[in-house]
Amino acid sequence: MKKILIIGATSAITLACARLWAKQGCEFFLVARNDEKLAQVASDLLSRGANSVTTHIMDSTDFTKFPLMLNQCLRAFHQIDIALIGHGTLSDQVACEQSVDLTYQEILCNGTSVVALMTLLANQFSIQKCGCLAVISSVAGDRGRKSNYVYGSAKGLVGIFTQGLQHRFAKTRVKIVLIKPGPTDTPMTSQLKSKGMKLAGVDTVAQVIVEGVNKGKPVIYAPGKWAFIMLIIRFIPNFIFNKLDI
Amino acid sequence: MSNYLYSWGRYPRRPQTPHLCSWRDELSNQFDRVASISGTTLAYGNGRSYGDSCLALSSQVFHLKALNKFIHVDWQLGIVIAEPGLTLGEILEVSIPRGWFLAVTPGTQFVSLGGAVANDVHGKNHHRRGTFGKHVSRFGLLRHGQDEIVCSASENAELYSATIGGLGLTGIISWVEIKLVPVRTSLIDSTSVRFGNLSEFFQLSDELDSLHEYSVAWIDCLAKSNQLGRGVYFVGNHADYGALDFDIKPKLNVPFIPPISLINNLSLKLFNEAYWRAHSRQKTHSQVGYDPFFYPLDRISNWNRIYGKPGFQQYQCVIPTKSAEIAVRSLLQAIAIAGAGSFLVVLKRCGDIISPGLLSFPIPGISLALDFPQNLKLSELFTKLDAIVSEAGGRLYPAKDAHMSGSDFRKAYPNWETLELLRDPSLMSLFWKRVTS
Repeated sequence: MKKILIIGATSAITLACARLWAKQGCEFFLVARNDEKLAQVASDLLSRGANSVTTHIMDSTDFTKFPLMLNQCLRAFHQIDIALIGHGTLSDQVACEQSVDLTYQEILCNGTSVVALMTLLANQFSIQKCGCLAVISSVAGDRGRKSNYVYGSAKGLVGIFTQGLQHRFAKTRVKIVLIKPGPTDTPMTSQLKSKGMKLAGVDTVAQVIVEGVNKGKPVIYAPGKWAFIMLIIRFIPNFIFNKLDI
Repeated sequence: MSNYLYSWGRYPRRPQTPHLCSWRDELSNQFDRVASISGTTLAYGNGRSYGDSCLALSSQVFHLKALNKFIHVDWQLGIVIAEPGLTLGEILEVSIPRGWFLAVTPGTQFVSLGGAVANDVHGKNHHRRGTFGKHVSRFGLLRHGQDEIVCSASENAELYSATIGGLGLTGIISWVEIKLVPVRTSLIDSTSVRFGNLSEFFQLSDELDSLHEYSVAWIDCLAKSNQLGRGVYFVGNHADYGALDFDIKPKLNVPFIPPISLINNLSLKLFNEAYWRAHSRQKTHSQVGYDPFFYPLDRISNWNRIYGKPGFQQYQCVIPTKSAEIAVRSLLQAIAIAGAGSFLVVLKRCGDIISPGLLSFPIPGISLALDFPQNLKLSELFTKLDAIVSEAGGRLYPAKDAHMSGSDFRKAYPNWETLELLRDPSLMSLFWKRVTS
């Protein structure tokens, strides 16, 4: 059965993905900040059929703790079949505009820390010569918009970095997967929902992600319609785009 | 698309603002926070209660749908402990491949575990296994400003029986432990037979119920005179041989709310005639998956939308055995004369297994349930039906209700005063306010 490392394992999207894998009896190494919530996720996955679950407490913005986490994971697994990076926060754009510190924190949490983790994990996959490194970015990373460009630029960093890794591993069996969910109904987006935004169900999004990761697709839009929507948004010329209130 | 929540019948139309909680360790603090901001609140799971029993008086609900994690499972003993937002379908998805099934299941698998306890739901095997609450061994209860209380038949027994069927008013259910039943397959050996009138229903019920785990009848609510109460009887048992497959995905969807109801007298008449004639007078045996047998409507997502913007009400009553035949006949007559009703009309015998719940709905007798598109003429019909039910010593089902009078409720559920004494003062539903004041 597949051995799966999940970073940000208490997020709604990674949990929904893990539940789908748990049904198949996969083994998990779960990483998150909050030990109490992590324990709740672990017992849920075990009940749903996971073969084994190991938990590890780590703050993903503390780079110095990454090697220890990876060592522990490899001790449990020997080989990582799938690594899914899914930690993050939804930045408060307006507050970020007034605070360099906050902007930096958001870029750190959603961008730099992800890139740091991928750097380390890529080298492990380079040794393994097999496996799949999947990272959850966002449609927000496809084009900067005034309503969320701090979050978007961090996700954009992850996107370009992933492209680079895909290029680097192109001639190997290692799959690098970039996941771009559209706005999804999770606790993180409850603010968007109360503003009346239509959100995709987390189970639908997870289904698309797990299918894509199992196939090793280079880019997954979830739900799939976002590939089309973002294609249009990317190609809208600036003189029109700048008039849009999005 | 808005963020508001409604009840399943979308009537009464009182938009509820959700306050989400998805973690057990945050439940107590968030409950206290929502209760102190809103004055009173009410737990809201998956919104399958039809009327106003799942709507908060303050319109601020404590939304626990995402509190849906398993806590512990024991596949040797068939025990599941889980959070209240987990749906029965999610339990089946995990339990069926391991040879376990819900001891009691209602007609949809989309109800939450907490909702199943709070409404003490029942199913097609009430005559064999009683209500859902009968299979709830323990649960956790959070009351405003207190630590979690563990309730079982032997521990905090008063709160245990008040919470089962207690409409979510005694506290927030934080986890539930249920006992499952072993099955060899996920298939049901089913028998169907059509019957020509109400008397034949009672004959079939006497003949078939004791031989089968599950029994239920569909009724053509428009049939009159000597065909009054004609329908199709369905019984079933878990099959002995076959696969253990979980298989349910909505196959159809009602994507939007039409401005008016798609169910009217003409469409209904055509439906009912065709459906009745599609079944044989002879007993027909077949083997079907558990999902079409228990959850035919779950295949159509958002089926409640077919009643259009005004929504609909379900009328479900239970009539004690001794007065059942006469009263059900009068009810069906009144409905047929009004020419109202819907395709889905369910008649079912409830058994004599006593529920642990203080306000549980079933009593030994016959239960009748049917949907009505919401319109102005409805209250006139309901007044007639209520009089028949009340005179026969029957009662209505709070989980489905949006109209019963306070006096009818208090007469039919004399234990309401005990529940009111045990109610957490920070919890209040529109239903409870309506029937107790």
